[in-house]
Parts: sequence; structure tokens; C-alpha cells
Amino acid sequence: MPHYETFEYDVLVIGAGGAGLRAAIEASAAGVRVGLVCKSLLGKAHTVMAEGGIAAALANVDERDNWKVHFADTMRGGQYVNQWRMVELHAKEAPDRVRELEAWGAVFDRTKDGRILQRHFGGHKYPRLAHVGDRTGLEMIRTLQDHGVHQGIDVHMEHTILSLVKDGDRVVGAFGYERERGRFKIFRAKAIVLATGGIGRAYKITSNSWEYTGDGHALAYDAGAELIDMEFVQFHPTGMVWPPSVMGILVTEGVRGEGGILTNKEGKRFMFDAIPENYRSQTADNEEEGWRYCQGHKDARRPPELLTRDHVSRCIVREIKEGRGSPHGGVFLDISWIKQKLPNAAEHIKRKLPSMYHQFKQLADIDITEQPMEVGPTTHYIMGGVRVDPDTQMTRLPGLFAAGECAAGINGANRLGGNSLSDLLVFGKRAGEFAAKFAKENQHGPVEREKIDTVAREALAPFESRDRESENPYAIQKDLQETMQDLVGIVRHETEMREALERIDKFKSRAEKAAVTGNREYNPGWHTALDLDNLLIVSEAITRAALERKESRGAQFREDYPHKDERFGSVNTIISKAANGSMEIRLEPLPEMPDHLKQVIEENR
Amino acid sequence: MKTAVFKIWRGDAKGGEFRDYTTEVAEGMVVLDAVHEIQRTQAPDLACRWNCKAGKCGSCSAEVNGMPKLMCMTRLSEVPLEKPVTIEPIKAFPVIKDLVTDVSWNFRVKKKIKPFNPRPPDAPDGTWRMQQEDIDRVQEFRKCIECFLCQDVCHVLRDHQMHDKFIGPRFLIHVAALEMHPLDTEDRIEELRSSQGIGYCNITKCCTKVCPESIQITDNGIIPLKERVVDEFYDPLGWFWKGLKRLLNR
Repeated sequence: MPHYETFEYDVLVIGAGGAGLRAAIEASAAGVRVGLVCKSLLGKAHTVMAEGGIAAALANVDERDNWKVHFADTMRGGQYVNQWRMVELHAKEAPDRVRELEAWGAVFDRTKDGRILQRHFGGHKYPRLAHVGDRTGLEMIRTLQDHGVHQGIDVHMEHTILSLVKDGDRVVGAFGYERERGRFKIFRAKAIVLATGGIGRAYKITSNSWEYTGDGHALAYDAGAELIDMEFVQFHPTGMVWPPSVMGILVTEGVRGEGGILTNKEGKRFMFDAIPENYRSQTADNEEEGWRYCQGHKDARRPPELLTRDHVSRCIVREIKEGRGSPHGGVFLDISWIKQKLPNAAEHIKRKLPSMYHQFKQLADIDITEQPMEVGPTTHYIMGGVRVDPDTQMTRLPGLFAAGECAAGINGANRLGGNSLSDLLVFGKRAGEFAAKFAKENQHGPVEREKIDTVAREALAPFESRDRESENPYAIQKDLQETMQDLVGIVRHETEMREALERIDKFKSRAEKAAVTGNREYNPGWHTALDLDNLLIVSEAITRAALERKESRGAQFREDYPHKDERFGSVNTIISKAANGSMEIRLEPLPEMPDHLKQVIEENR
Repeated sequence: MKTAVFKIWRGDAKGGEFRDYTTEVAEGMVVLDAVHEIQRTQAPDLACRWNCKAGKCGSCSAEVNGMPKLMCMTRLSEVPLEKPVTIEPIKAFPVIKDLVTDVSWNFRVKKKIKPFNPRPPDAPDGTWRMQQEDIDRVQEFRKCIECFLCQDVCHVLRDHQMHDKFIGPRFLIHVAALEMHPLDTEDRIEELRSSQGIGYCNITKCCTKVCPESIQITDNGIIPLKERVVDEFYDPLGWFWKGLKRLLNR
């Protein structure tokens, strides 16, 4: 029997982005032994890419802001299928989580009176995003990382978890491998927090890196937890479209927050054409009012460029489809026009959006202080994920918790920009706190060696390809990405999605034949082959959930059901693994919202 | 379509060699795209690190034609394609495989630096007040993406391998960000002089030249820190004052 190195922790956190780090810090503070496993080096997780800011009703810039407005904004943005309790906790606790970062060394941009500055962002009524230029994610992850390494947390970098280990219903450990030597390891833990982020690699055009293969989603699903809201995939309206090699890289919403406008090839500012009814009273009547809003005038309303991401993405797709797009198949995003309004516009842009300036200058030869950018939608975020208890973040499996992007509930049908970073902090903390509590109340469970040996054998199968038909894992991944992009993208239709399911089935058989060359030491081909299983699970889940929701709401747009349908306004899609191993889907009514929160929504209509 | 030849170092701690790969190049491609294309079609086990592909995470550091670069931000239009483009791992750290090096030393060094320790909050609600102009410098240092290219070109680490005596430009900048943080109350000057070895830096500014975030590592970070060390330890007038103060405090 092979020998596997074994580690024992009270709490094991899988993933070291914002949620994972925050969970690990909290669990450690509760006095339990914490292990942290991450796929890349510490500090490189996708949180580092977040640009715009952390949404929290600090009311530093506009004293009218408070948790109730943030609550109402988030529910409206999510089209009211969010889990209200998570939205409530998030709105109430986000300010403390931001202040805590400052106490740990984060250096946010300041207001004139020396407090944390906040900026405008799509769907937020008041300037709400605490930020550092356009590199807020870097500031957040570095602060958590530098604070975290002094809290006695054991970090296992460049490790990937392949499977959760169970004892009955309870999760008691995890099994995975390290990249450097390709050796398998067992992590025994009394409680586990999944904080693995998103699924962007299921799509061809994405702002996500190689890591985002839906690992937490798939680990939880395989172990018997539920996934909810998987149909809601956020396509960020502004990704780079040219040159081809940078297609999908994010262009922060902060550009629009600072006054950037969207135009088509005719030079028309098309976002004024279709303002949704539920946002009309909050949206500017004309361009001048929109500009005044971005300049902080409290009597002005937001420009339509700052409507929610789902809506802006669809408007961009409409312009492109109707032949009014830019030369490389996008639309124009222009911040340089503000030189008509500000005397030192170029300097202002470079100071407020330094990494955007740098990114376009270096990768596309575009000076954004002089020329418009070309942008188009890019797969950015998944609102759906592991179903958790809103207060404790525990899944239906005892001992298994989830937080951050891989968990679901707070965002409903569409996430507001800036709510992700605050989600990571608020629910990362809660997951860590309750995982530690669970660990204190429970003992280690037994680890069944036979099951682990099976996982190990299957993981090594790609090396055993001599006498069989073989497939290149990169080719399977690429074909899957194209399928999801073309058939389960921004605009969806039943026929296309049925076709996608058929293809996913074929990819599954191809994935079984995936073959790799070389040995187990730092072998990206092997890693790609192993990640395929997770990508296939999340792709199927997204497609099945999108088929089940026969309406258009938030990020889900169905060509065959182009309108909202009230029957679907009060349900979530729930996915779980059936006893025979097939994927099961059902609709479940939303939990009833208490009256005092209904009233908050009414007051903020 | 145009093609180009890439000479990529393949091997591990035991040794290795350059191998030639020919691949198609298209407009706008960066070096990392070429590496990915080679990985996808010719060398699936070619090891390299990458994440964001937008110069924000600092994972894909390597030496392209001998220059320390982020592969994701180095466009092929910047390098001559008539001759093979060499890509090799950074040199200040041991190789694991191909373009991947063991940078764990950096994480151990950081752990030894005294963490941030703020003064008590300024306001009753537990918050602080800072002016933007007082944090501009610290924000410049905090732009660091930990790509370790500065460590790679620092001759104290690269040529003299003095990893046990010198923390390198990355961590001098980390110390500078802490020391110049308006809220911080810790004193790190003694360690800078002793265990962190700031004296080994002879300000050749190689680190500043390769920094992809354009942080003025030497001028804005290391030199002011050196001045603080001098003020604290090598200034006779300072000794006199400190002695006098001690006497008066008795």
C-alpha cells in the first residue's frame, strides 16, 4: 500500500484568496490549529485582480448611506432571488471588516478629512467602494497575507485538493497532491472551509486564470452538498477585446465610475437608450447629470453606464449584434473625453486608474488618456455555488463550510461590483469562526484508506495511456470552453443548451482518455487533465440550471423566454448528486423575508 | 502565419538544456502566449507559473533574452524575432523544473520582519485619520506584486548568494512601507543594519530598472532607510543627544 504524508488540523482551509485567508485568520484567532492549502503561491489568488474596491456602507463620502441602503441595492441588483439573510449580514458587517483591514495595515485612498475614500460603482446608490486606485484586490490580499503569516497558520502552497474525505455524512479530511514533486497528501481536519473561487475557465473568454476550474463547487457536489443558482454567471461588460491574446482581461468598472462612457462606432452613447424600469428613478436624464454624479454632486443621479453589469453587458451585445460595434468586435469605452471637463485630465486618469493606463499602454499600444478603449463582455464571476447556512456558512454536510465566490446566496441573479471583496471578508470571517467552533466540538474522524487509494489510482490514470486511445487534455479543455462560450453564454436558448449537454457528455468520455507525457513533477499537462473533471461538473450544472430557469432574470438571458416570469421570482435552482451518480435539479421556494426587511426595500424603492 | 523560434530552458535541479520550439506568432502576442501555445501543442509538461496574465500577480517572472521580465507583459513586438528568443528561469533562486524556481526563501524572509503595529485609533469609533499626501509614498511601495524580479537582478543575491545575510530589495521595500506607514509604531532599524543587511546594497539601482510596477526602489525606499540606519547608529552627534536624553530621563 502506498504511503501518503498526512497532516492533521482542527480547521483546513482550501483556497487562499480573500475568503480563505480571512477564514484562516479567524479560525486561528479562535485558538485552533489551522492549515491553509492553495493552488498557486500565496498572494497570487484571483483576489489580487480585483480592481474597483470593497463595498461597505461606511458613509464617509455620503452621510446618507447606511446598511439598509446597501441591503436594498444588493437585493435589487440580484433581482430579489438572493438569500436575504446573507444580504443583511453582509450589509451590516462589511464596514467593520473594512476598518479591520486598516488596523492590519491596509492603506486606502483618503477623503480630504483623512478618512477612507469611497467611489461610485454600478448599482450602488451612494459612493460606497473603499479603494486603492484600481488595485484594491492587491491591497486586500497583501494585507491579509502579511497579517495571516504571523498567526501561526500552516500554509501549503501549490497544492491541489482532489477529493474530500468523509465519515458517513461528515467531512473529515481532504486528499490532494503537491505540484513540485507530484506527491499525494492526506489532510485530516475536524472542519473544512472551501474558498476556492470561481469557474471562469469553463469559458473561452474570461478574466479568470488557470486556477478557476470550479474545484470547490465540484468537491462539495461530489461529497453530497448542494449547489444553488448555478445558472447565474456574470459576464463583466468590459473586458479587453484586442489584441486577441489579451481578450477577456478585465477593464475595471472604476473607469465608468470616474466618468468613462460607452459609445458605438457611430459615436453614440447608447446606454441612454434602454434604462430598465426599476432603475429609471435612480438614473440620470442626460449626460450632464451623469457627469455631475461622477464628480460627487449629491443631487445628481448615476449615468446609465453605471447600471448593473448584466444589463450593461446585454446592451453591449446588442450594439455588436446590430452592427454598431468597434473594429475588433467590441464597443468603445472612453475616459479621455473628460479632458473637456477637467484641466489636468491626463494626470487625473493616471492617478485614479494607474493599472488600466499601464495595461492598455503595454498590451494594446493605447494611451487611455488620449484614445478610447475597445471592450466587450468577459466571463468574470459566478453568483451560484455551494449552498450554505447564511449565518454559519456550513453546507448540509456537517464539518464542511464554504465562503466567497464558491459559496452562493448573497448575490442572487447578479452581483454588484464591489460586493465580492466585502463578501469575501464578511463570510470568510464567519466561515472561519464557525468552522473553529465546529472543530472544538468534534473529534477527528477516521480516514478510509481504500477510497483514498481509488482517488490516487484515478488521478494517475493519465500517465497509463500506452495501450489505449488517448486525448490531449488541453484540447478537451479548449473544446469545452468553446462549447460553453457559444452555447451557454450571455444569450441562451433551449436548443443550444441541449446541444451543450450532449457535447459535455462526449467530453466526459474524452476526459477519461486524457493522456499526459513526462513525470509527476510540476507537470501542467497532468494538472490540466485533473482539473477537467471539475470543469465538466460545473459546466453541466450551469447548463442544467439555465435550462430549468425558463425566464430571463439578472445574468440569465433566455432568447426563448426573454421576460421575467413571476413564477421563477420566488425560487432557486438546487443541484445535487443523485444516488446513481447523475445530476439532479429541483426548484425550491426562497425563504420568506421578514417584514422589517420588506419595509427596508419599500423605503428604498 | 509568421513563425518564431523559442529557446526554452528545460530541466530541473540536476541540470538541463535549452530546447528549440517553433510556433506561430500573431499580432499582439506576449511571451507567455507563446509559452502556452508550445505547452498546448508540443510540450504539455513544460512547467511555468502564471495567473492573471495582466501584470498584476507577479507569477510569470523569467528571463527573456537575458532580461528579467514578466512574460505576460512582454510583447513579442518588443523582442527581435529573426533570431531565437531565449526564455530561462530567474537565477537568484534554485530551479524546480523548467521555468519554475523555488522562491520559498522569500516567504520565510517576510515572516521574520516585524509586522505592522498601529498606534491607538484616532477617533472614538476605532478609526484613524491620515492625509493622502502622507500615504502617497507608502502606496507606491505597496504596489509591489512580489514578482521577485528585483531579487533576481540584485547582485548580492544573484552573484554572491548572500541569502542568509541580506533580505534583498523586495523586502527592503516591504520594511520601508512599514517604517513610513503613518500609523505604525514599530522600530525596525536595528534589524535593517544587522540581520537584514541593508549595508550590502551599494545602490546600483538594478532593482529599480527591472521593477514592472516602476517603484523607485532605490531612491524612494532603500536610500531613506539607509539614512535612518546612519542616523541611528553612525551619527556621533546623535549618540551624544541620546546619551544626554537618557541622563535627563533618569
